[in-house]
Amino acid sequence: MAKRDIPEINAGSMADIAFLLLIFFLVTTTMDSETGLVRKLPPMPEDEIQPEDIKIKKRNIFEVLVNANDQLLVEGEFIEITELREKAKRFIKSDPNDPELPEFKETDVPFFGKVMVSKQIISLQNDNGTSYEMYLKVQNELVGAYNELRDELSQKKWGVSYKELEELARTSETAKEKIKALKKIYPQRISEAEPKNVGK
Amino acid sequence: MAKFKKKSDGGTPAISTASLPDIVFMLLFFFMVATKMRETTLKVQVTTPSVTEVDKIENKSLVSYIYIGKPIKKLQAKFGTAPRIQLNDAFATKEDIFTWVNTEREKIDESERGKWTVALKVDKKTKMGIVTDVKQELRKANALKINYSSKKVNKISK
Repeated sequence: MAKRDIPEINAGSMADIAFLLLIFFLVTTTMDSETGLVRKLPPMPEDEIQPEDIKIKKRNIFEVLVNANDQLLVEGEFIEITELREKAKRFIKSDPNDPELPEFKETDVPFFGKVMVSKQIISLQNDNGTSYEMYLKVQNELVGAYNELRDELSQKKWGVSYKELEELARTSETAKEKIKALKKIYPQRISEAEPKNVGK
Repeated sequence: MAKFKKKSDGGTPAISTASLPDIVFMLLFFFMVATKMRETTLKVQVTTPSVTEVDKIENKSLVSYIYIGKPIKKLQAKFGTAPRIQLNDAFATKEDIFTWVNTEREKIDESERGKWTVALKVDKKTKMGIVTDVKQELRKANALKINYSSKKVNKISK
């Protein structure tokens, strides 16, 4: 048999095929990274043990109520959601000269020594008719208040923002300890009451 | 004075497109690797709220999703427009959550079970009643680490 020349395969359409695949993947996939507000639920109380009524002084509680019309009642007054963060911050930080704001307790905190930590508790109660969006916004503002306070303290003490500290904590042990200390000074205490049908 | 020499034959040479497939393949592989296919078909409409204090979900394989919202248009004739819970690929009632939590938790490697999170993808117009019910069920099932899926914005709206 005569030796045949193998004809060269035309690769010109390769690009078209690859483009087709590329467009398919572009269309079918979602790139959005998942984000969300992280919260921890309290464990369910055991049936046998009746939860004791712990007496907490009224001045230590920051009461947040949300009704079915998505209105906010904070410490007995109607406010807008945009004002909540400042109010919560003022409460969490507390002030030794103000009898309305929470009491203090002396606590030993690494890096800081003896610090007066306020005995704040935020109590959040919502109605069954509250919209999820409003609920999450309130949660967000409260979490934000804690984060801002921690951030301010971190800036003052180390000149690093809380966000940067969290980044560092992945690799460094000291950053982890620092975050722990900040959390000890401003512990996140958001208590969610069992829902009631209030404010129809 | 310097003289600019005119190119003798004028016409521009054709640009070789031989490397075009390579470039496109490179892009293709990037997208194949960087993206993840949606594995569940959504039966409910979910538009998550936008808030400021969000964290990124680090490891998606350690997350299970609960969707809550109105059924999609196609299913509204059959299921109505009241918000429903979707677990995996099917509608569920809140009583199913307990079993679902336990099966989902079993799937995770024991050493990483502490990091396991339940992400709630809830439509922003949903009323809290159903969400609270789900939260109570999660507490009963001892799934306490939760994540309210939401988009990040720099400032919340009123």
